[in-house]
Amino acid sequence: MLRSPTDNSAMRRSATVRTSVGFVVVALLCLVIADIQVTTVAPWRELGRLLTGLVTPDFSNPAAIGTALLRTVAFAFVGVALGASAGFLLALIFHLRVVRTLCAFVRAIHELFWALIFLQFFGLHPLTGVLAIALPYAGVFAKVYSEILDEADPLPMQVLPAGTGLISGFLFARVPDAWPHLVSYTAYRLECGLRSSAVLGFVGMPTLGFALQSSFAQGYYSEVGALLLVFFVLIATLRLWVRPWLVPLYVAVSPFLLGTGLPIMWGNVARFFTEDIVPAPLRHGEGWAALWQWFSDLLLHEALPGVWTTVVLTQIALVGTGLIALLAFPLISRHFTSRPGSVLGHVALVVARSTPEYLLAYVLLQLWGPSMLPAIVALALHNGGIIGHLIGRRSNEITLRPDAAHGLDRYAYEMVPRLYGPFLAFLFYRWEIIMRETAILGILGIATLGFYVDSAIQELRFDRALVLIVITALLNIGVDSLARTLRRRLRLRHMVNCEP
Amino acid sequence: MSALALERISAAYGERRVLGPLTLHIARGEKVALVGHSGAGKSTLLDLMFDKQRRDIALLPQNLGLVQTLSVFHNVYMGRLAAHSTLYNLANLIRPLPKEVRRVRQVLESLDMADKLWAPAGELSGGQRQRTAIARALYQPASVLLADEPVSALDGPRAISVMQALNRHFETSVIALHDVELALRHSTRIVGIRDGGIALDRPSEHISAGDLHFLYDVAAPAA
Repeated sequence: MLRSPTDNSAMRRSATVRTSVGFVVVALLCLVIADIQVTTVAPWRELGRLLTGLVTPDFSNPAAIGTALLRTVAFAFVGVALGASAGFLLALIFHLRVVRTLCAFVRAIHELFWALIFLQFFGLHPLTGVLAIALPYAGVFAKVYSEILDEADPLPMQVLPAGTGLISGFLFARVPDAWPHLVSYTAYRLECGLRSSAVLGFVGMPTLGFALQSSFAQGYYSEVGALLLVFFVLIATLRLWVRPWLVPLYVAVSPFLLGTGLPIMWGNVARFFTEDIVPAPLRHGEGWAALWQWFSDLLLHEALPGVWTTVVLTQIALVGTGLIALLAFPLISRHFTSRPGSVLGHVALVVARSTPEYLLAYVLLQLWGPSMLPAIVALALHNGGIIGHLIGRRSNEITLRPDAAHGLDRYAYEMVPRLYGPFLAFLFYRWEIIMRETAILGILGIATLGFYVDSAIQELRFDRALVLIVITALLNIGVDSLARTLRRRLRLRHMVNCEP
Repeated sequence: MSALALERISAAYGERRVLGPLTLHIARGEKVALVGHSGAGKSTLLDLMFDKQRRDIALLPQNLGLVQTLSVFHNVYMGRLAAHSTLYNLANLIRPLPKEVRRVRQVLESLDMADKLWAPAGELSGGQRQRTAIARALYQPASVLLADEPVSALDGPRAISVMQALNRHFETSVIALHDVELALRHSTRIVGIRDGGIALDRPSEHISAGDLHFLYDVAAPAA
């Protein structure tokens, strides 16, 4: 068959398609070298026991479940409230380069890493959990609040009478237009805060993760089931119990519900900054050559292997996330499902996105044994659930012509082409988040950066842990800026409210 | 035998009745022009006709229904999605098949659009977008056309040639038009809609543009 020149340009792939194919190819290559296997003897029996636990939840100890739940909510409220307040103030001076850099750095470090750091000098004091949430969230809030404020209609500001004060001008001409967006973003972050708070239990805070871990360790699957179900209900009913007029009350009461934990040893705080985090060769006065030796050893034997595994796992999980999102969104799209069908779809997606990936990875790791597989599946399920939910909702805004095709034809010709741009935008937003989570999953024993950080902390070598955390943060910042470049090049529209 | 038949149908938005009750039979081979001022109910009438039958109809809605991110080729091909297996459609989505490319190009050539074959629909001008949708309708294996202002964004000569092509291609057609001259020239029967009812229904050859003025004069009493 002869082809005219224009026919050849037919095969000219759009930049969007080329980029997608590139990501898939990289993921496949990563899959070849990745360590993926099920090492437990009877993975399906374990899964069966867990599912049995979910359908036979054990609520015989309501006090324990209630306390874990209360602490989870309290830590989330205090942490998010502090983060939002600090973030709002920082948003006002976000145009300063130093503030922007600081915020980027602070939010590039996962809340569990922050918790591990604060644990070293505050110990098991509630302040550790609160700050672990508040600090990275302040960095995120500062960035997103400033973007929302920048997008507000500039005209009211311009027509203000001359001599209007800075603060009143800001409050009258800028905030009202941005207010609904600020509120809806803060509400969304509260949901994230609840997940973060639950996960902080895995490093010793008295929240849901702590109860879950101990039930799991003892093999009480019905208790695990009860805790998980209660958590799903908590997230799914968020809109019912978090009312605007109730929020001040919650914020006021929460600090008193954090529990007492253990007292802070202030001596530890001083020692941490003056001794623990100073690189060992400097602490022992061994000179610069020894310091270089120390650093290059750390880089070669821990940082680089950690970075490599983190990147490999991230790329596989990213493409897995995309696949799951594309497969899952029809579940809640009115163009594919009837009303009862979409209710089931909503439940499936709520469960997928309200289960923190750390928790999901922990559970899967218990079932399948240590390899990259639990981490990949956990990341793809959780993030795929989130993106599937977002583009499913967007698909419901599309009106098709009355004679549009049905079934798979509709999916391939009408829906996916229209949704692919937003889909990629969401996916690139989640890229950095997936990487941050991948690093942290190392704490569970997969050899990503978090694994090396955690081991260094176990060995009380905080100087090494800190260097590794900084490297993790730089990696996240790098991926974030790469994602931004790709979004700009593919002209994917900017969407504030889906991040991060 | 009727190609389309509506018996005492009516339409309402909430409490407010916007159309009918009216009865309208359209015989095979008729080229009907729907005229009337905007808001008279032409689009609603077209929707009802489509809902009534659905089979063997090519629909050309006013807002076109193009997929912005797909190429002109794919948008035109979508007229035949129902005629092929899903597997064939998927293959053609991923890698356009030479046979389909050739046939779509033929249709586009008649509309002077062949050079835009691979342009994403979202990057076209208003007139080009309209012609893409027209090409999709022409590519569709159907004998009846229901079209809502299909040439509103095209210039004079091009509008005429498109109307001719549509009339040639479809055995039966019902086309809503606001341009009275165009309606008279390219139809065999004129149906005038006013206040949600049929105010006029006559063969085109017995009508002049002046006879249709009352349809657009909201204040005048119905004839």
